Amino acid sequence: MIWVNIIIQGILVGGLYALFAAGLSLIFGVMRLVNIAHGDFIVAAAFLAWVVVQATGLNPLLSLIIVVPLAMAFGYALQKWILNSTLGKDILPPLLVTFGLSVILQNGLLEVFTADSRKLNAGVIETASFPVLPGVAIGYLPLLQFIVAVAVIWGLQYLFYNTALGRAFRATSDDSETALLMGLDQRKVYAWAMALCMGVVAIAGVFLGVRSNFDPFMGPGRLIFGFEAVIIGGLGNLWGTLIGGVILGVSQAIGAQINPGWQVLAGHLVFLLVLAVRPKGLFPRIDG
Amino acid sequence: MSDILLSVENLEAWYGDAKVLHGLSFELKQGEVLALIGSNGAGKSTLFKSICGLLQKKTGRIAFKNEVITTLVANAIVAKGIALVPEGRKLFPSLSVEENLILGGNVGRKGPWSLQSIYNLFPILKEKRNAPSTSLSGGQQQMVAIGRGLMSNPDLILLDELSLGLAPIVIKDIYDMLPKIIGNGLTAILVEQDVTRALASSQQFLCIQEGRISLEGAPHAFTKDQISAAYFGM
Ligand SMILES: Nc1ncnc2c1ncn2[C@@H]1O[C@H](COP(=O)(O)OP(=O)(O)O)[C@@H](O)[C@H]1O
Ligand SMILES: [Mg+2]
Repeated sequence: MIWVNIIIQGILVGGLYALFAAGLSLIFGVMRLVNIAHGDFIVAAAFLAWVVVQATGLNPLLSLIIVVPLAMAFGYALQKWILNSTLGKDILPPLLVTFGLSVILQNGLLEVFTADSRKLNAGVIETASFPVLPGVAIGYLPLLQFIVAVAVIWGLQYLFYNTALGRAFRATSDDSETALLMGLDQRKVYAWAMALCMGVVAIAGVFLGVRSNFDPFMGPGRLIFGFEAVIIGGLGNLWGTLIGGVILGVSQAIGAQINPGWQVLAGHLVFLLVLAVRPKGLFPRIDG
Repeated sequence: MSDILLSVENLEAWYGDAKVLHGLSFELKQGEVLALIGSNGAGKSTLFKSICGLLQKKTGRIAFKNEVITTLVANAIVAKGIALVPEGRKLFPSLSVEENLILGGNVGRKGPWSLQSIYNLFPILKEKRNAPSTSLSGGQQQMVAIGRGLMSNPDLILLDELSLGLAPIVIKDIYDMLPKIIGNGLTAILVEQDVTRALASSQQFLCIQEGRISLEGAPHAFTKDQISAAYFGM
């Protein structure tokens, strides 16, 4: 029974990792950009939610109503004013610029919020749970987090394959020059993609902050988890990203059960194993 | 008002440092079909890219409906009413047939062309509308590319080598449709390797050779020898 419990908890944590990863996956799929600062944006979103909660007294989960639109507007502007000018045939400039952003964000957050760790307090939902089997209880918060992750992935998937914006994303990703002939300005399309990505980042940041303490230097670790989930699941496949998150979560839970120090290590090992056996991930995108 | 739809004056164009067009000038009247001929590498596709804004490194003057569009970008030019059906079709592989067509209408210009009228023109596309564009035969893909261009309801359509890589019988089918495509008074420039076919489908022609105009006029005003001399540069 203890292993059933571990696997269930691992799956639920996997939802959070999928939230870390979904934005990365989206951005890579649309514009082949690897955002080194992705994890720092997640942490920054947690701080933003903290500020909103301090100012309004809202429950952090409800603060998303404010944090998500702010993050989306920021993402649009970031892409439009900074990242678009780094995109081209050479993949190095966007890597360098997002690495620079990562450093700036960490130090900016340190300057404003100090190195103290903080937490978002969501109230009783954090500890409440319901039993499903003897010795196995599911917490409302991890469950909610997982449901939100599935909903986000489903929403992105729907948007990608059933809306005009999704069509623009796919067409621009296929061939940005021919997309111009359809009247699609790739810079605008990319800005919308980054806006969406940052909306998901905001959700991920709030769940991160409700689940555990956070401080300005947590970003790179979250980037690694997100990155591993994307690669395990297969690049450019959003449902694969969800499964990648779940595999990572379960691996970490099992590792932690064997030896508490092995939690993160077990995730890395499974990641390396997948990379060695299936370099394109478990569920790579089929078409070109 | 003049009935000149497109006027190109002293157009020069570059890829990097390589100059490819060396001062082209011509005019195109409303409703006219112009055949653009010339051997491989003469600069036909480059002229198209310059007109529709994909190629930015150029000098000279391009005016469309009496408005100078030389410095406009491609996504603005399509909204003004110039559509390019690119060489090699360039369909979006991640999009279905119908999505490719819908995207062609993305600029939202009003006119005779809609999904329905495209499907009337090419019924096979309606049958395959949910198929990935890559699963179609070459001829069907060319129909999608033409349909996608028409969906923007252009005033001028640039058709670049419709027959590229297609079997003769398929080429004939596509050209049999041409009167229906440009029949509504649509102005067109037609690039085609098959000179006889191009000249038969047009009222005017322009022959370019190494980025310069080597002959122009009405097809019947010249002998075959004169045209092939201009084409091959002999
Ligand atoms: N993207 C490009 N970069 C550099 N040179 C090019 C490019 N496209 C075409 N060219 C060169 O420009 C010249 C004209 O090419 P193009 O316009 O494609 O000819 P055509 O369509 O008449 O066959 C050729 O010499 C070709 O090699
Ligand atoms: Mg060509």
